[in-house]
Amino acid sequence: MAKVVAVVASTHHPFYYRASTATGADRPPFADEWTSKILAFRETLTRANPDVLVMVGSDHFHQLWLDNMPQFLVGKAPFYDANWYNEEREFGLPRMLLRGQEDLSSYILREGLDAGFDLAFSNELRIDHSITCPIITLRPEADLPIVPIYTNIFAPPLPRPKRFVQLGQTIRELVESWPSDLRVAVIGTGHLSLELGGPRQFGPHGPDPEFDRRAVDWIASGDLDGCLSEVTLDSLHAPGNATHGFMDFMLMMGVAGAGAKADYVDSLDLFHTMEAYFTWYPNGAPAA
Amino acid sequence: MSRYLIDKFLYTVDRDPDLVERYRDDPVGTVTWWEAERANAVLNCHTGEASTWLRFDDAERAALSTHDYVKLFELGAHPFLTLTLFIAMFERDHAEPLAFQKQYAARLAHFDLPYPDIAT
Repeated sequence: MAKVVAVVASTHHPFYYRASTATGADRPPFADEWTSKILAFRETLTRANPDVLVMVGSDHFHQLWLDNMPQFLVGKAPFYDANWYNEEREFGLPRMLLRGQEDLSSYILREGLDAGFDLAFSNELRIDHSITCPIITLRPEADLPIVPIYTNIFAPPLPRPKRFVQLGQTIRELVESWPSDLRVAVIGTGHLSLELGGPRQFGPHGPDPEFDRRAVDWIASGDLDGCLSEVTLDSLHAPGNATHGFMDFMLMMGVAGAGAKADYVDSLDLFHTMEAYFTWYPNGAPAA
Repeated sequence: MSRYLIDKFLYTVDRDPDLVERYRDDPVGTVTWWEAERANAVLNCHTGEASTWLRFDDAERAALSTHDYVKLFELGAHPFLTLTLFIAMFERDHAEPLAFQKQYAARLAHFDLPYPDIAT
């Protein structure tokens, strides 16, 4: 059976690419520290030596639209073009092309349906920065085949937090029952407190540093019970109007498992939002 | 009340570089044209198929026609769509990085939780 060699969760900050590649007067003062943290985070994935990446993210009204909106969608395609015109325009993100791992996509779809998740699928999916940001930060060679999984954290009505956790638990079970010798990393990105298009946006820190502190504690300690006891669809409005993206972190806590302490934890307090980086090694940490 | 149609306008304009410029330069004309010619296009469908019933109400048409993003927030337009399109149109007019985004936040400062509902 396939082995989950790493579970990786992070924020997906679309400005990282531009900040880290800027030079001279264009380079922001926080770029060096940010890049240094990303290189250390990247090493946690490199050390796990994965063959396949399951990538959990959320489309930002690019291909998925309100006339036909899935709650959870699995890509099944041989290739995925990536990044969109408005992401080039606003963030300077490059166009990319990623290979797909269709066998694992098929397996997750079939077994996921049988496990009680009515997963939507796409045979022609152009992915966006929720998936390409972690490719850029964690695997900039973009050389490994992926299985993209999209969640709806964006267009209400949304699934409840518990459902995200359950899907994460199911993804873990499905990957570990996939008849394959391949080494799989499950990578997912979400948000801590975040405000977009509201009065608390683009402040000197994230809109709710106290929520961020508690969220990092929940994730780092694998405290699913504590997190689920406090986080609801309603409560997530308080830390910022885009904070429902935190449910993708909860999904990743489900992948990692209840009580699983992260093997690697880091964060970076930036303007607008806090960055956070977590890696678990379910089968033990690889040799340095 | 057609939050969906406001969002559809923001979504379709934001994804077309020519439309972004056209809406920046001529908001009244662009909204009028779009409501007449594009509002009923079924997006994820064969081209040429259309709905028959979608139109703005007066407040929605006025907010879009005046670039009034504060009113759009009040009406429950999806804040991500509004922000993304308005950055594309107006960030260029500000010399300092993030100046437009901060001004945008300041103009919304009178809103308290709960914010206007964005469900469609």
